Order: sequence, then structure tokens, then C-alpha cells
Amino acid sequence: MAVEIKKFFFIVLRLLALAATVVAIVVMVRSHDSAQVLNLTFTAKYNNTPAFKYFVIAEAIASVYTIIVIFLSSKSLLGGLIVILDMVITVLLSSSISAALAIAQVGKKGNSHAGWLPICGQVPKFCDQVTIALIAGFVAPVIYFVLLLCSLHAVLSPILAAKL
Amino acid sequence: MALQNGEKCEVGSSSSGLIRVVLLLRVVAFFATAAATIVMALNKQTKTFVVATIGSNPISATLTAKFQHTPAFVFFVVANGMASIHNLLMIIADVFAPNFDYKGLRLAIIAILDMMTVALISGGVNAAVFMAELGKNGNSHARWNKICDKFGSFCDRGGGAIIASFVGLLFMLLITALSIIKLLKPKSHHNCSSLVP
Repeated sequence: MAVEIKKFFFIVLRLLALAATVVAIVVMVRSHDSAQVLNLTFTAKYNNTPAFKYFVIAEAIASVYTIIVIFLSSKSLLGGLIVILDMVITVLLSSSISAALAIAQVGKKGNSHAGWLPICGQVPKFCDQVTIALIAGFVAPVIYFVLLLCSLHAVLSPILAAKL
Repeated sequence: MALQNGEKCEVGSSSSGLIRVVLLLRVVAFFATAAATIVMALNKQTKTFVVATIGSNPISATLTAKFQHTPAFVFFVVANGMASIHNLLMIIADVFAPNFDYKGLRLAIIAILDMMTVALISGGVNAAVFMAELGKNGNSHARWNKICDKFGSFCDRGGGAIIASFVGLLFMLLITALSIIKLLKPKSHHNCSSLVP
């Protein structure tokens, strides 16, 4: 009975993480805005920055991994391998969100020392959509870290119980 | 199978080999992250540019590139500093108190702290990498000019710090994997010579 509750809890957490990554991907890919400045059209898409491209690719890898693990875990419990893969995906997600946040911070506040002007004043819709994607992308590694601790506990508890 | 206080136990050779390998990896990771922190923290370059010419008098402006100007690099320095402190504490704990245990949770706490440090380093180094890429290539869509052609040695030193931090991240990943493996292996108490009659 406890095993059933634990498996259910795991699947719920993984579905939450899947939702967070999918939301991040969809909102980031569909973010788009253009502004007209002195007869020049100034378009902002996520493609323009390698950081956002990396963000989308990393979230895509994480969501594919989550789908695979959801279908696998209902069959068997691969324990140690899932712990290591969870850690790799957590590291990947945390790196992608910090890269995207670094570039987004420059876009919002600019960098006066380097002569970089903020762009959020000209393309406000793009900035709002990217903000939503980044919030979802921030929730994803947090949930993944919790999942990592839970899988570690699930693998360890039989061994710890045998020792004590 | 709890040990009694009077028994002396020989740790199995495979387990002590693993401990020595982890200690060696921690020393290398400590040096890598400490080097990254120090190189980036001392990263500064000042250059004087001729901005305009009035008649025959050139007007020059002095511009400085410091790591504090960019929040991503500040986060990089802080993250690598915390990672080197973590490695130092773990080395000290392994060398001076190898058998200190708290309800059998010592290895679990070490593994969890290692995982948190790996996530921290990876966040810091990736933010710095993308900021450095922006400084090197600029971004034509946002009208951001590259700065590496003017501040060459600032960019070189920053790149060196980032490479050192990646090496530290690689070693920290190995250490975390080994810590998890140590955690999952059942503790072998054979080779115990029972001195208590």
C-alpha cells in the first residue's frame, strides 16, 4: 500500500515537471514581437539569442526524458540509473535557466558599461512572454531537484533499513 | 550488524581505494574552482580610447572592464567560491574525521550536498558562458556590439576562468556519482578481526 502511494506521488511529481517544461517550451517558442522605429522593423524572436535556443533545447530534452521515465517507472524500478539520470537532467535544466536569465537580465536592464541598451522598452510583449517562459523554466529544475531527492530516498530506504 | 566499541575493523581494500580516489578528485576540483574564482575576481582591464578630435587635440576617455559590471560574472564568482569552500570542507572532513557518523546519515548528507554544489556550479558557469558569447559575438538583432575586440585580455582571462570552472564541474560530477555509488553499496564489515573474546 505504501509502495502504491509512493509510486503515485512520483508520477504526480513527474507530471508536474513535464507540465513546467512543456509550458516553458511552448511559451518561449511562440514569443514574438515587432516594433517600428524610424521605418525600420525591429523583430524580436527567441531565435535571435543562442541562450534562448539552448533553453528550448534543454527543456525539450528534459520533457522527452520525463515522458520516457513515466512510462518506464510503471513497469519496473531501475533505482540507481534513474537517480543518476535525474541528476544529469537537473544539472542541465539549472544550467539552461541560468543562461537564459543572464541574457534576459541584459535585455531588461541593459549594461551601461558595455553600451548595451535594454530592449524591453521597444518590444514589451516579447519581454512578458519570455518572463512567463523563464518562470516555468525556473519551477522545472526545482521540481526535478525534489524528484532527485525522492528517487534517492526510494533507492536508499531498503538499504538503510537493512543496516539499522 | 552493529560494531562493538572495542573491535577494530579493517576496511575492505576496495572501499578504501574508492575513498582515496574521491579525495584525489576533490583536491583537483577544489583547485579548479578556486582558480576559476580567483582569475575571474581579478579580471580587470583599463583602456584609453580616443573618442573625438577637436582641431588637433584628441579627446580620450578611459574605460574599464570589470567583472562586477555583469551580474552573471558576479554569480559565477560567488558560485565557484562556494563550491571551493564546499570541497575544502569535505576534504577536511574526510581527512580529519573519516569515521564520524550521525545516525548513518553521513554519506547521504555528503551526497546531497555534492548534488547541490554541482547544480550551483553548472548554473554559474553556464550564465558566464553565454554572457561571454554575447561579449564576443555581440547580438545584431538587439544592436549590442561586441566588446572582445577592444578588451582582449579581459575576454581571454574570463575564458580561462570559465574553462577552469568547466573542469571543476566535470570533476564534481564524477565525485557526486562516486558518492552516490558509495551510498548504494552495502557496507562490508567482513575482514573484521574480532579481538573481543
